[in-house]
Amino acid sequence: MANRQATGYTLLFATAICIVCGILVSSFAVSLEDLQDENIALDKQKRVLEAVGLLQPGDAIDEAQVAERFEPIEPVLIDLASGEAVDGDTATFDQQRRARNPDTSTEAPDNLARVKRIPDRALLYEMRGDGGELETIVLPIEGLGLWGTLYGFLALDADTTTVHGITYYQHKETPGLGGEVDNPTWKRKWPGRKAFDDEGDVRLAVIKGFAGSAEEDPYEVDGLAGATITSNGVTNMLEFWLGENGFEPYLNRIRAEAN
Amino acid sequence: MAVKKSEAALDPLFNNNPIALQVLGICSALAVTTKMETSVVMCAAVIAVLTLSNLTISLLRHQIPNSIRIIVQLTVIASLVIVTDQILKAYVFEISKQLSVFVGLIITNCIIMGRAEAFAMQNPPSLAILDGIGNGIGYSAILMVTAFLRELFGSGKLYGYSVLPTVSEGGWYLPNGLMLLSPAAFFIIGGLIWALRVYKPAQVEMDG
Repeated sequence: MANRQATGYTLLFATAICIVCGILVSSFAVSLEDLQDENIALDKQKRVLEAVGLLQPGDAIDEAQVAERFEPIEPVLIDLASGEAVDGDTATFDQQRRARNPDTSTEAPDNLARVKRIPDRALLYEMRGDGGELETIVLPIEGLGLWGTLYGFLALDADTTTVHGITYYQHKETPGLGGEVDNPTWKRKWPGRKAFDDEGDVRLAVIKGFAGSAEEDPYEVDGLAGATITSNGVTNMLEFWLGENGFEPYLNRIRAEAN
Repeated sequence: MAVKKSEAALDPLFNNNPIALQVLGICSALAVTTKMETSVVMCAAVIAVLTLSNLTISLLRHQIPNSIRIIVQLTVIASLVIVTDQILKAYVFEISKQLSVFVGLIITNCIIMGRAEAFAMQNPPSLAILDGIGNGIGYSAILMVTAFLRELFGSGKLYGYSVLPTVSEGGWYLPNGLMLLSPAAFFIIGGLIWALRVYKPAQVEMDG
């Protein structure tokens, strides 16, 4: 092996290693993609169940149980600007892709949540009781945290103001700091808080430090220690998605229907 | 350098433990040991990556050009870790979500590069495999003891099952919240290192 130090040999070896490793990694990634996509879709459904309170965080349930508990929940496709329900395939709807496509989205005005484009349509979930009356609304929310965009769900009661729950299904925040948005104890602080004040403005915010009970401090939620930017990100995305560029038209329609 | 097969596999358990003596791989040992379930998956991932990377490097040890050996080792390890991560995402999604970045960080786990460079580059594949398994189990042993203590005293559970009924669930045990925070892992691993060095005084580092 005298030529082992030769430059040509080194280059050849490096190229061969790269090709072999590249093929190995990509063949695994491609062959496992379907299974992973199924897992991601199932996980998303679980987060919806968590937001409406049909699943306790940390409880393990299988696919059949998820489908069973999803029974009273109906996916609804809406036109974001008018808030009216529209027809469409809810199973294959991909809001992120829609927001990227210039034909199906509009540029967002400057906003603190750093949402760049607003999709024309959004997929939300309505949970109805036995008599068909609206009980809970689950709205998709997203916004910039520290390292990337957080994607999650905010569940509101039929009064469109009382928070029912919040969950995140995808984020890149630091485990132990911003990643604590997944902490069940923190999520339990949300139910009962009020998203809007009496004037109808979005007022719910994650504050620095501790907030009182939902009765004492209806508009404030405990901040995440060591994660001010993530905490502010959560506040900003609530403000954006509950506001005029987000679900305000839809929520107005629900309010009008209730009266 | 003649290494016996039994030594290659057994030495890393007590005599030359990667965490307790070499103090490598501490980052993941702190992060994933709040629950036994996540620790088991992490340990399995590390054992798999370590064994396969040792085997691959050992098979290639006469071909790898010396000038690029570190980057070649890293390429092999990184590929194996990505494959492991993909498999976890496909088959144990919930746990892989809890492990988050720490599976990816196996790439930078010093134990793996350390064994590739220090052992697999000099030894035949059969020994390298044993060394990989041995070091993986040595790492796992410390992780599992730490996770056992943290989960038991931190949340009153073992492997997700309630052992000490906590006050919040109507029992008598008030969980020690410190156990769920990273410093607790430092205390436990420190305690384990101390215990091991009392048992084997030869591991104590001399001053000067």
